[in-house]
Amino acid sequence: MNKPFAVLPLNDSVCQPPTATQLVVDRGFRGLCYFGVFLILLLVVALVVEIGGKAVPGMQKYGTGFIAGTVWDPNQLQYGILPAIWGTLYSSLLALLIGGFFGVMMAIFLTQDFLPPRLAALFRTIIELLAAIPSVVYGLWGIFVVIPAIRPLADWLHQTLGWLPFFKSSLSGPGLLPAALVLAIMILPTIAAVSQDALRAVPLKTKQAAYGMGATHWEAILKVMLPTAATGIFGALVLGLGRALGETMALAMLVGNSNQISLSLFSPANTLAALLALNFPEAGPAEVEVLMYASLVLMLITLVVNLVGSSIMMMSQRGAK
Amino acid sequence: MKKLRIAAVGAIFAGLTLLLPGVQAQTPASSEAGIVLNGAGATFPAPLYRKWIAAYRNVNPAVVLDYKAVGSGEGVKRFLADSVDFAASDAALSDEQIAAAPQGAVLVPVTAGLIALVYNLPGLNGPLQLRRDTYAALLMGRIPRWNDARIQATNPGLNLPDREIVLVARLDSSGTTYALTNHLSAASTQWRDRGPGTGKTVGWAAGTMLVRGNEGVAARVKMTAGSIGYVEFGFAKHLGLPVAHLENKEGRYVAPADGVGEATLAANLARIPANLRVFIPDPDGAEAYPIVSLTWLLLKERYTDQAKAQALKRFVNWGLQEGQNMSSEMGFIRLPGDLIVRSQAALGRVN
Repeated sequence: MNKPFAVLPLNDSVCQPPTATQLVVDRGFRGLCYFGVFLILLLVVALVVEIGGKAVPGMQKYGTGFIAGTVWDPNQLQYGILPAIWGTLYSSLLALLIGGFFGVMMAIFLTQDFLPPRLAALFRTIIELLAAIPSVVYGLWGIFVVIPAIRPLADWLHQTLGWLPFFKSSLSGPGLLPAALVLAIMILPTIAAVSQDALRAVPLKTKQAAYGMGATHWEAILKVMLPTAATGIFGALVLGLGRALGETMALAMLVGNSNQISLSLFSPANTLAALLALNFPEAGPAEVEVLMYASLVLMLITLVVNLVGSSIMMMSQRGAK
Repeated sequence: MKKLRIAAVGAIFAGLTLLLPGVQAQTPASSEAGIVLNGAGATFPAPLYRKWIAAYRNVNPAVVLDYKAVGSGEGVKRFLADSVDFAASDAALSDEQIAAAPQGAVLVPVTAGLIALVYNLPGLNGPLQLRRDTYAALLMGRIPRWNDARIQATNPGLNLPDREIVLVARLDSSGTTYALTNHLSAASTQWRDRGPGTGKTVGWAAGTMLVRGNEGVAARVKMTAGSIGYVEFGFAKHLGLPVAHLENKEGRYVAPADGVGEATLAANLARIPANLRVFIPDPDGAEAYPIVSLTWLLLKERYTDQAKAQALKRFVNWGLQEGQNMSSEMGFIRLPGDLIVRSQAALGRVN
């Protein structure tokens, strides 16, 4: 055992052994940190145990038919959440596709010397402001701005390309596409902020080396900067997807709350989080266990997404080294 | 999240009201100062109740009424759990429910309403007329598009679009759904035997948008092109939504409008039994609108707090008299005088 605080033989040194108070503060702070970490872990475990425990009766009653079922009819005690799972994944992936593309583009624009630093900082703040808007406001904005705005395009797509399964139904109002668009804007600040950090973490030398080899601005960005920051950007996308999966209020307002599985972008759908939010307020004991089961499924989906994301990240990091 | 939070706050309030009678019993109130009456239930009459409550503040400022529009099913649930002072429902209590009420139950009809089929078809050049079997099939999800031959048959002059029909129905347990499905079961054997049947919640066709509350359905129809849903007429009036003319028992097409409800009720007064629990699933009369529902206030037979009971009785009595003048402009039905007398008699049973 080495002794970091052992008294050194030289007495005239400027280094002094820590006093008793410093030691107490140090130990105390360390203890506090451990305690905080422990509390967080405890909270997660408690959440899972609580929800899992309440979901057990529902799981015993409905089993896997609950996940594969497509009918939600409390009168006949039929509960199936496949349409909600489908809607959750479909809307989130669509949002990730749109939000991810624009988020990464913004990160490149703001970090790769396209703008004077002050202007870039201003833009960054504006994007971060997007994260501060309450989701109910996003929902209202979606209803009153996004839906009317995309309706002409949606109608045109339905009329000319209606034979494609994606445009099979006409956009009547709330539906998958408006929900995914608003969701994309909601996850944009997360993706943009984390991607910027990743791009800024690339050592200046790497960039200078690329330029030194005669790369153009775009070659440097696309062939050097982006691949180097790829792990961080991928992390940003996983974070964004996680947020999209769990988003509730805006989706409850925009997705259409209709239990059906359809590839069509314009048809109303449902998501797990919206289903939970709308059914909990007046759920009886029989329904609570079903809803708890559904929340467990949602947690599981989020967990799997995060695990897959971080393992891909780890694999790519190992590959890079 | 927000709704959950609201529910949580509601539960806390409900818990508080449970404690209140015990607290007040120790200090008998000499006057009505600071009486708080909590109610919850149907969304169907909620706009009228809110208006009554606001107007009643001028009549008796000492009594504070709070009404939460949570749906009939939830209102009945809270009433049976004794967590509110009064509740409201568009579906009367069953005998079992009355027997299960901890403090007894008195059902007082206070207003009535027409249930309108509201739709959103931009650019339609006239009101939609629907035959009985057509609107039953439509609400069962058996008619896919607006330009279907069955709809065109009764609307020869209309430019019906080639659009999908999007149904909007209630997600929560609702008296409005009960009144609608009760009518449809009476009007269509298809609906009764091979369709969703009658209930406060029924199984709607796949693809139906399910939303909460009368106001939710009205708002959803308003923003969804090609949709059709059902709401109390007042909500349609408030949002300016077009209403379908429906074929009644005598084969005539009647639109919900001011005065139609009064005429419908007046023609069917004889069918209202002594206990005032009545549904008129398919009203008689050439001018009658086919879907009509009374809506009830649920009061307890015995209140532990007399001051509360008296204040509540005075309010309901006021609603049955002055309150009726506000019904029509809000899209509700002024109760016939005979029914008001009987409602007041029922109110006398509250102690």
